[in-house]
Amino acid sequence: MRIQRKLLAQGLLAVLIAGAVAAATNPAAAQETEAATPPKLSWSFAGPFGTYDQAQLQRGLKIYHDVCSSCHSLSLVTFRNLADPGGPGYSPAQAAAFAAQYKLTAADHFPAPNEAVLSAFPAKPPDMSVLAKARGYKRGFPGFVFDFFTQYQEQGPDYIAALLKGYENPPAGVTVPTGTFYNKYFPSHNIAMPQPLSAGQIMYEDGTQPTLENYSQDIAAFLMWAAEPKLVQRKRIGFQVMIYLIVLAGLLYLTKKKVWRAVEKPA
Amino acid sequence: MSGNSTYKPRSAFMQWLERRLPIGGFIHSSFVVYPTPRNLNYWWTFGGILTFMLAVQIVTGIVLAMHYTPHVDLAFNSIESIMRDVNYGWLLRYVHQTGASMFFGAAYIHMFRGMYYGSYKEPREVLWILGVILLLLMIVTGFMGYVLVWGQMSFWAATVITNLFSAIPVVGDSIVTWLWGGFAVGNPTLNRFYSLHYLLPFVIAGVVVLHIWSLHVVGQNNPAGIEPKSAKDTVDFTPYATIKDSYGLILFCILFAWLVFYIPNYLSHPDNYIMANPAQTPAEIVPEWYYLPFYAILRAIPNKLLGVTALGASILILAFLPWLDTSPVRSGRYRPMFKFFFWVFVVVCIGLGYLGSNQPVGWYVFFARLFTLYYFAFFLIILPVLGLVESTKPLPSSIDDSIAPAKA
Repeated sequence: MRIQRKLLAQGLLAVLIAGAVAAATNPAAAQETEAATPPKLSWSFAGPFGTYDQAQLQRGLKIYHDVCSSCHSLSLVTFRNLADPGGPGYSPAQAAAFAAQYKLTAADHFPAPNEAVLSAFPAKPPDMSVLAKARGYKRGFPGFVFDFFTQYQEQGPDYIAALLKGYENPPAGVTVPTGTFYNKYFPSHNIAMPQPLSAGQIMYEDGTQPTLENYSQDIAAFLMWAAEPKLVQRKRIGFQVMIYLIVLAGLLYLTKKKVWRAVEKPA
Repeated sequence: MSGNSTYKPRSAFMQWLERRLPIGGFIHSSFVVYPTPRNLNYWWTFGGILTFMLAVQIVTGIVLAMHYTPHVDLAFNSIESIMRDVNYGWLLRYVHQTGASMFFGAAYIHMFRGMYYGSYKEPREVLWILGVILLLLMIVTGFMGYVLVWGQMSFWAATVITNLFSAIPVVGDSIVTWLWGGFAVGNPTLNRFYSLHYLLPFVIAGVVVLHIWSLHVVGQNNPAGIEPKSAKDTVDFTPYATIKDSYGLILFCILFAWLVFYIPNYLSHPDNYIMANPAQTPAEIVPEWYYLPFYAILRAIPNKLLGVTALGASILILAFLPWLDTSPVRSGRYRPMFKFFFWVFVVVCIGLGYLGSNQPVGWYVFFARLFTLYYFAFFLIILPVLGLVESTKPLPSSIDDSIAPAKA
């Protein structure tokens, strides 16, 4: 019996190793069309105590207003949200003033872009309200296991920031279909959006350098706020809940020990 | 239900009520003096955890239903509106969404525990089968709930899963049209899924009552897998089991809170934050993690009808487990060969889950087939044969004895 078991275990191990080797050398896994992995950036809203950087959200709003909004709607966000706690930190009066430039009220949603502009594209540019949660990249094994412990949830903003910096000349021998542009982070590499941001395009009012690096990270942070406006509240309450549960678990553990003592160690 | 009811109502009102509806005595005998084996480990706390999760899903679900709009044009944005404009709506939604994962996770642990300790064996066959029915109901309910989000993954999952019925010869296509309420997944589909997603949890609650009723008739199994013989083998449900279950539940809630508050979208696919679009197929269609092993079995088989049959069989086969396992010994603790094959089975299930999340190409297909083969062989060959050839370890004379050597 023991020999059989050993043989079986060895056989299984051999199959697993063979499979691992085969998977590692699998040609399908290393296709040329594979999109590059976006680098992990540092975000103020990451981790258990993460909060949005108000100045960054304000810069991101400026980029959305000056550039993105001509083609991308933000239909689920209202102007009053700009004054909500945990957001860009505007006062209700400032939010109202911002809305006034569109001849709308603070209770209204961000307006849709001009239909004439949109008709230039083969497909409608996506709404940006939840874009930061609707984009990402596959973490794979074992990355996704570590993500559970490190709380890495910023695949969306990482991808968006990378995409905005990912425009480059196609590698030799690669033809880009008409009406599309080569981007090394876009899944098919051929994106219909022309490079929207380049250095020096927008003047920041707070003295931040007008680099593509800053633009891409600021707009990605703004889109994360647009997609997850209650993130700061969620993490703050989460910490309180955690403290409560851990203390309660400790008390229950001690109570359980005391109750069971008579059974486990009979006198 | 079993247990010695020594309940004596103290107040005049309870005495009056007890003569008309003996609910005090019922609760007292079922949840206070009900004898539980004293050697239960923490794997036995998952029954209580599952009851808690059902309550969480029903309570959050009822409130979410007050704000949700089951219409193809409005459903997706109504959930976003819950997340943004309803007071603590984000909390309700994330608890419900993550709660489904926690519910399934707890159910799978509960089932693996039942398998390892032979909890399905005589006289607990009906208890086990009720559990398999609960799993089926959970799978259907969870799937329909996922469709209600009406994101890309919702829509395409609904399309793929309902299309499985088209594999049935002759009447398959008619069944699919009947399920959809049209010629594609659309508004009638969403509406009926909403109706059933609200109904089925109460059916689950009803079957849970039967499950617990049956449990209280046959009594709990335990890690030694032998029946309690004397009062020394058991303890009262309260305070012993209640305090242990409470502690296990709070540990479980810490994990739950970690997901809800810090990584609420960890277990879901980003594509489901894109509104459903029948004109655009996503690059990959993957179900939620708790369906992945079954999905891997489905895709491991190249023939559609056989694949669907295998998918159904992989769940239904569980109902026959009490008769497929021929060993008279319940607990895996005293079954050295079973123990080995059981842990391989666990690894195979997790492996199938991993394979289900990947495209079925190259070696992934080979392993999906190998693991599918093992999955069925475990039930149809290994378990029946093991009972005949395995030499089991000697069983302790009583539960009390099974604990004593460990302490010496």
